Amino acid sequence: MMKTFTGSAKVAALVLAGMGLLVLAGPLVLPDSHRLPSPLTYAAPSIAHPCGTDMNGRDLLLRIMEGGRISLLVGICGAAISLFIGTAYGLIAGSAGRGTDNAMMRLVDVLYSVPRLIFILIFINAFNERLQLAANSQGWEWLVGSSRLVILILSLGVIEWLTMARIVRGQTLTLRERSYVAAARVLGEGYWTILRKHILPNLAGIILVYLTLAIPSVIIDEAFLSFLGLGVQPPQSSWGSLLAEGAASINPLKGAWWMLLFPSLALLSTLLALYSLGDAMRRSLSSKNH
Amino acid sequence: MLRRLASLPVVLLCVVTITFFLMRLSPGGPFDSERKLPAAIEKQLLAKYKLDGTLLEQYSGYLKDLLHGDLRLSTKYRNRSVNEILAQTLPVTLTLGATALLIAITAGVWLGAFAAARPGTVGEGGALAAMLLAISLPSFVLGPLLILIFSIKLAWLPVGGWGTPIQLLLPAVTLAIPYAAVIARLLHDSLRETLAEDFVRTARAKGLTERAVVYRHALRVAILPVVSYLGPLAANLLTGSIVVETIFHIPGAGGFFVNSILNRDGFLLGGVVIVYCVLLMLFNLLVDLSYRFLDRRIRE
Repeated sequence: MMKTFTGSAKVAALVLAGMGLLVLAGPLVLPDSHRLPSPLTYAAPSIAHPCGTDMNGRDLLLRIMEGGRISLLVGICGAAISLFIGTAYGLIAGSAGRGTDNAMMRLVDVLYSVPRLIFILIFINAFNERLQLAANSQGWEWLVGSSRLVILILSLGVIEWLTMARIVRGQTLTLRERSYVAAARVLGEGYWTILRKHILPNLAGIILVYLTLAIPSVIIDEAFLSFLGLGVQPPQSSWGSLLAEGAASINPLKGAWWMLLFPSLALLSTLLALYSLGDAMRRSLSSKNH
Repeated sequence: MLRRLASLPVVLLCVVTITFFLMRLSPGGPFDSERKLPAAIEKQLLAKYKLDGTLLEQYSGYLKDLLHGDLRLSTKYRNRSVNEILAQTLPVTLTLGATALLIAITAGVWLGAFAAARPGTVGEGGALAAMLLAISLPSFVLGPLLILIFSIKLAWLPVGGWGTPIQLLLPAVTLAIPYAAVIARLLHDSLRETLAEDFVRTARAKGLTERAVVYRHALRVAILPVVSYLGPLAANLLTGSIVVETIFHIPGAGGFFVNSILNRDGFLLGGVVIVYCVLLMLFNLLVDLSYRFLDRRIRE
């Protein structure tokens, strides 16, 4: 187990810790003037602006760090929601008997092959205005500014649970046959008690692995929506919307390559680190089980 | 199988219902603009686009029109029907998607088999690292980067547009690469498992070369997880093509989809979603059939 955890997984954990620190502490360190528009538009990377400036002369490094806060927040919260739904769904499907199991997993199959992101896209854009109106009339000011973010997190959590459900269900099916579960049943423990006391604790490892793998999926989904201009809206930005700006500012006339390169690097390194960490954890878990 | 076939209309009805109510959920209508329209004109417009009556009447009317194959009129692109718009744009999207599918399968199977045939070598390590990198490269990162490198710095390929095969190359590759990596990993894992089985040992004992063992015997069995991934893959490709069409300025259905959300163009939105879902269901049925066929042949 230790052998698989050296090398790339350690690097990945370091990259993630560094990214977290940068995103959390970075905006506190940089001067406030970096946040404001300045005449210095589309400036190439320099010592004062290591990642250059954008079309309004704002510091790109600061925008990447603030965008990272949103991207990571959406990723972690969305993945946590998907973990909750997926675990509950998988547990019930795996333990409730053949008929229920078949029906529940058939639904997962159907959902897998439907363009879920498209429905979520429509849902977010349709529901956002409703929520805004409700928030305004109820006087929930915190919700008015970030209603879109809240919907985004909820709805991405709602579509990314399928893999988690499949894995948890498969694991529950094997755990159910173990002798200690049979013993508990003979001792007269109830269905829910067995799930909670004997099956769920043994799922903790695999749940943690798939949580690590779900975070990058949610981050990608969020970036997809924001890239199309249908996710996070200004003044908030995420890595996806920064990438959209970057893609719009590369053409043969004004080659503002830094607008594309640095957000890409931030997103890519985070995704790569999360995927390789999840992979390493999965491998160490399966070698332990064998 | 017959039960699968019978469940198709049910799933489709769910899709239509969800789409219809989602698009009628937003508080504003398609004709809300800065200037308030006179009541008579607005009433006439609503009647022309069949947006009058109660929600339930509108829903049943829409279902009836759909059964006749009529996807109704676009409220933004006046006087164009959704059928017309889709007839023009869908072939573009499908060409892009089919090309990407082909690239993803070919490259994925090749890379997966390449890695699995060389256990414990630098070749396998390199291939696995490349797969991990490619999975972390979503199309909205890869596309602009490829344009920056190949179209702007090197000026080898066109920046975007549609019509010639060379314009298809960059978008199709952009769309395909992450999924090629997913296929490669699936195949690698299942090949490694298959290569440990008894019939492979028999094949080796017969004195077959390692190449023949991997490509002729093991691959046939190990390909099954890849076949069952084709359904979700097609859904991902259709979703991904929305963003690729935007990046490369391709006049496909994806661009109209995004605009229809921004313009509250309900029937265009519904038309795209419904047609996408029908296509995916048919594709899934095909995949299911071929899976059963392959699976049975292997068992025999």
